[in-house]
Amino acid sequence: MTDSKYFTTTKKGEIFELKAELNSDKKEKKKEAVKKVIASMTVGKDVSALFPDVVNCMQTDNLELKKLVYLYLMNYAKSQPDMAIMAVNTFVKDCEDPNPLIRALAVRTMGCIRVDKITEYLCEPLRKCLKDEDPYVRKTAAVCVAKLHDINAQLVEDQGFLDTLKDLISDSNPMVVANAVAALSEIAESHPNSNLLDLNPQTINKLLTALNECTEWGQIFILDCLANYTPRDDRESQSICERVTPRLSHANSAVVLSAVKVLMKFMEMLPKDLDYYGTLLKKLAPPLVTLLSAEPELQYVALRNINLIVQRRPEILKHEMKVFFVKYNDPIYVKLEKLDIMIRLASQANIAQVLAELKEYATEVDVDFVRKAVRAIGRCAIKVEQSAERCVSTLLDLIQTKVNYVVQEAIVVIKDIFRKYPNKYESVIATLCENLDSLDEPEARAAMIWIVGEYAERIDNADELLESFLEGFHDESTQVQLQLLTAIVKLFLKKPTETQELVQQVLSLATQDSDNPDLRDRGYIYWRLLSTDPVAAKEVVLAEKPLISEETDLIEPTLLEELICHIGTLASVYHKPPSAFVEGSRGVQHKRLPGSAGSGESVESPDTGSAAGVPDAPPAVIPSQGDLLGDLLNLDLTPPATSGPPPPATSGLQLGAMDLLGGGLDSLMGDESEPLGGDLGGGSAMGAGFGAPPAATAAPFSAPVSGGLDDLFDLGGGVGMPMGAYSPPKTVWLPAMKGKGLEISGTFARRGGVIQMEMTLTNKAMSVMTDFAIQFNRNSFGLAPAGPLQVLTPLSPNQSIEVSLPLSTVGPVMKMDPLNNLQVAVKNNIDVFYFSCQYPISMLFVEDGKMERQVFLATWKDIPNDNEAQFQIKDCHLSSDAASSKLQGSNIFTIAKRTVDGQDMLYQSVKLSNGIWVLAELRVQTGNPIFTVCLKCRAPEVSQCVFQSYEAVLKN
Amino acid sequence: MIHSLFLVSHSGDIFLEKHWKSVISRSVCDYFLEAKEKAGDPENVSPVLRTPHHYIISIYRDKLFFVSVTLTEVPPLFVIEFLHRVADTFQDYFGECSESVIKDNTVTVYELLEEMLDNGFPLATESNVLKEMIRPPNILRSVVNTLTGGSNVGGTLPTGQLSNVPWRRAGVKYTNNEAYFDVIEEIDAILDKSGTTVFAEIQGVIEACVKLTGMPDLTLSFMNPRLLDDVSFHPCVRFKRWESERVLSFIPPDGNFRLMSYHVSSQNLVAIPVYVKQNISFLETGSCGRLDITIGPKQTMGKMVESLMVTIPMPKSVLSVNLTATQGTYTFDVTTKVLLWDIGKLNPQKLPNLKGSLSTQTGAPKPEENPSLNIDLKIQQLAISGLKVSRLDMYGEKYKPFKGVKYVTKAGKFQVRT
Repeated sequence: MTDSKYFTTTKKGEIFELKAELNSDKKEKKKEAVKKVIASMTVGKDVSALFPDVVNCMQTDNLELKKLVYLYLMNYAKSQPDMAIMAVNTFVKDCEDPNPLIRALAVRTMGCIRVDKITEYLCEPLRKCLKDEDPYVRKTAAVCVAKLHDINAQLVEDQGFLDTLKDLISDSNPMVVANAVAALSEIAESHPNSNLLDLNPQTINKLLTALNECTEWGQIFILDCLANYTPRDDRESQSICERVTPRLSHANSAVVLSAVKVLMKFMEMLPKDLDYYGTLLKKLAPPLVTLLSAEPELQYVALRNINLIVQRRPEILKHEMKVFFVKYNDPIYVKLEKLDIMIRLASQANIAQVLAELKEYATEVDVDFVRKAVRAIGRCAIKVEQSAERCVSTLLDLIQTKVNYVVQEAIVVIKDIFRKYPNKYESVIATLCENLDSLDEPEARAAMIWIVGEYAERIDNADELLESFLEGFHDESTQVQLQLLTAIVKLFLKKPTETQELVQQVLSLATQDSDNPDLRDRGYIYWRLLSTDPVAAKEVVLAEKPLISEETDLIEPTLLEELICHIGTLASVYHKPPSAFVEGSRGVQHKRLPGSAGSGESVESPDTGSAAGVPDAPPAVIPSQGDLLGDLLNLDLTPPATSGPPPPATSGLQLGAMDLLGGGLDSLMGDESEPLGGDLGGGSAMGAGFGAPPAATAAPFSAPVSGGLDDLFDLGGGVGMPMGAYSPPKTVWLPAMKGKGLEISGTFARRGGVIQMEMTLTNKAMSVMTDFAIQFNRNSFGLAPAGPLQVLTPLSPNQSIEVSLPLSTVGPVMKMDPLNNLQVAVKNNIDVFYFSCQYPISMLFVEDGKMERQVFLATWKDIPNDNEAQFQIKDCHLSSDAASSKLQGSNIFTIAKRTVDGQDMLYQSVKLSNGIWVLAELRVQTGNPIFTVCLKCRAPEVSQCVFQSYEAVLKN
Repeated sequence: MIHSLFLVSHSGDIFLEKHWKSVISRSVCDYFLEAKEKAGDPENVSPVLRTPHHYIISIYRDKLFFVSVTLTEVPPLFVIEFLHRVADTFQDYFGECSESVIKDNTVTVYELLEEMLDNGFPLATESNVLKEMIRPPNILRSVVNTLTGGSNVGGTLPTGQLSNVPWRRAGVKYTNNEAYFDVIEEIDAILDKSGTTVFAEIQGVIEACVKLTGMPDLTLSFMNPRLLDDVSFHPCVRFKRWESERVLSFIPPDGNFRLMSYHVSSQNLVAIPVYVKQNISFLETGSCGRLDITIGPKQTMGKMVESLMVTIPMPKSVLSVNLTATQGTYTFDVTTKVLLWDIGKLNPQKLPNLKGSLSTQTGAPKPEENPSLNIDLKIQQLAISGLKVSRLDMYGEKYKPFKGVKYVTKAGKFQVRT
């Protein structure tokens, strides 16, 4: 007898039949009917019409029937909220049942019914259950707090459940502790700034005790929580490590990896000369190796993490090379990761083995894998100098196989080897030239052309070879075109007599027939160089190239440190910081490794250290990068001889950085070949040349305050005049009447990515004022003074002073009403004064708020229509372009524009400092002074404020 | 935490969905199906996928995809481990884990999933505990239930849930008290063309079947525990005692469970039981090739090698084979191009040999890759690492149980390159 029979009733009137059965007197028949209903539900049939009948079955002693009804309720309560209320009484009654199983079941199910009306009734039973005598009920109730928080966070805070939950960390039962930790961690994720998991030595001790006794899943939660703690000194660090180490022998790989995370992090604090440090290093290797004998999915995650660990502490696995050898039936995603780690571990000691393996892999079936293996051989050559010769001969062997993609990959890596060891292996050029015809991939063609150009003097028929490429110049990809241009110029400088015609041909092709600005610019530069001063041209084009470094794909150290703190998480799988992909209201904590005690630095206090995880607004990373680039441009432009990196290179830099983070499969070698100047033509010395014209056009615009790189580039695109962020005029916040003679008026502005609170303090009293200080109450966006209030000189009577206070957005958060309300306390030698003011929310719009088109589309669709708000702006006499550039000044970015029936639709995105995205559609009808703004956001509360900013910005 | 679970069949049908928080539309699986389409072979689907708003973490087991969806940052290993646990539970309950059996037992499956996870947090994943709450289906019980109106769901609180030994249920009673331990070792190895070991290691597990009354406290000790330096234990094992005395001390779960797994990697300890002499070659011209394979015993510690089997995935261009085996039978699957040679027992006096010609597609170029050989074998009464159990003691109960230890060595991922 199986459940499949429940699927067979497909005849008409099925619902009626079920209805009748549900109302039957026979228990057994009822149960069968509920089962049928559930079965229909699981395959996606709509059986919500049976709601009242199913709920009627709820009052029963039969536990199975009860559970089935609960299952049904959880699924459909949302769509029938009024009906769901019918069930409340039974729930409340069940919460008092003598059987703890039923009490727990009731509280568990109630939390799963995501209906606002029910949550009100849930509070009382939940409170009781959190204090229940039975730990099974308590642990279920702990999770229920997290559920409730998800539905109505305010309610949970108001009802004081968070404090009760914190108390449960000290519960006597380890399972309750684990669940409380899990629930708190989940809640903390949506409250980045709250100090929910207040870790101190006492709680740590409790957690460590519970760690030994709770279930494997509980151990994961506790270990992940421990990883957020920063020990006070190396002794505490060691004692925690000692208590965590046994977890390395757990059968559950997630427990093992979480333990590895804690150990990797706390190890930083141990002095290197400590015996225990060495012991710990030795203990870490076996569990990591064991992870590789698990299922392929687990292997994959383990390998991605090992990749990080190997970069941070190569000594742990240096003797374990062999476990990363690839088996032919490993899934491809495992193979590629293993290969990556093999190269990282390659050293003089094991290179022979590694090479033999790589050669073996190069004959495998899977094309991606073979390619990567061939590239890996090249990387070995670059990394281990002693092996270079052997690598080159291996590559030559592979070229002899004539397998097309192998040959192409080999040529690409041989180019890199030439860069690393110039004038050493040129004897192989002849062999390479034999394969010229089989190259059909741009990268391989470009590499080959580079080789020909670079060694033109040694290749007798270099001009013929290059000429043959020139025939199909227009069909080549940009990469090849650029390379060909440079190669021919090189050839010309080396053999000027025979190749004059060729160089003219290519220059005219590049400058006259091409639409590609890069190509054209480069062509012109060569042209001018060659025509004005051939000697200088020679010095520039044939300059000695800097050597390439061995491991260009290493993760940048600060990112690596952060990722080490995230071992075992999705961040560690993507090799990106969580801020790069955690979106919306969920805050992100940047984690840092604690400093080593041995270094003599004072150990940071928990406030500044990573224990509390210095809460940082998610966009912090990107603007700083932008500023850096902006600075670079400004700096370098002053002496006209040198110039900043050319814009394509800058964007390349960003892209490159992204790739690097992404650790994507193909980024592996792509990154490496980029700095070679292979694509950028005549080496990096030349690079200086190309950048000049576009960067120079941008220069005059970089003067205004806006400063951000984004603005700069959009300007280059000719959008319009730069516009500083909108800042409202100053208003009086604290009248002298209330301030015992102190008058404060002020406003807010965003300058260069920093929020400034600009105030005028006027002393209207008779005595001198000194000792100014300022403090903010908790507010919706965590605004807090980034420094003290700088009023250096005493303020004499009738004197005014302008003060500008930079603000940060990492302060404590509390939702205010209205949302943009800020309560401020200012103190001076006379008294403390309180006032409140409202800041324009546009201050919080960050510079990197431009969403990609695709993401925009997907997000727009994804946000439910309920969250959409529509507003109208009257009396606005601007064209859509003017509006767009005005808005851009305040970091409201236009992503796309569409014109339908004379109406311009602008699609815009805004990102708030706490990571909330607001998407907007602005409709402008030419000649009509009424604009319509449609706002969509996951947090609809902000829409009103954002709209106000729109209005303010557009009207000023 | 885990938000939703979708079960997707081999062919891409979503046949079951379960949500632990709000409902996520099954259209989210489109991203997964797209990745599956791209990967070609279902085994090659990347286990962690990112979509604009969700993360998809999946496993592939028994021709089924277990696809979980999460919204927030979670430890992916935790999700993967949990999904495997779900698959194990289905296997345990229904005897197999397949689309048809899951469809046949949807309601039980639903009840199980509800019991295993609450709001994305694992609730009860121990088989002992689950079985107390939801009884596994069997024909007898369903008949009895139909007659008496009984239920599949236990009405009492599972005692294991809260005790210090959550893995063991209380009140266990047996008339025959017995405890059996199987030491199973698998050799993972890669041998190169010339027969040299490129890489070898042993993956060992001790599977236990313990049916003992009451709350027995067992101690298992080894003759040569020094062998074990990389071990992972069932949660019941007391780690402290292992560290100090190198004995396994534990209160066992009831029934079958994996007591520990271990891993021996130092090359000199890993004996390779057989050697393979092989020659597979394809002619440059003319559509044919030769194959000649001989297998002989190497380090078998005087035991018989049984169930010997060689699997060779041939290049795609091979059309048919014409071979003679001196022992056993061979089959060649024309669609998957897998050549399978089932040898059986290895006779050291008369070595098995497989020899003959391969014919490839006319006009096709010589295959680029060399096929690898996959070897399967079994050796009874031997743990190839040399691990031996010296004794098993029981405390806490009065009766005298039957005890037994069995050893077996198998080939794991044992590959010979050509």
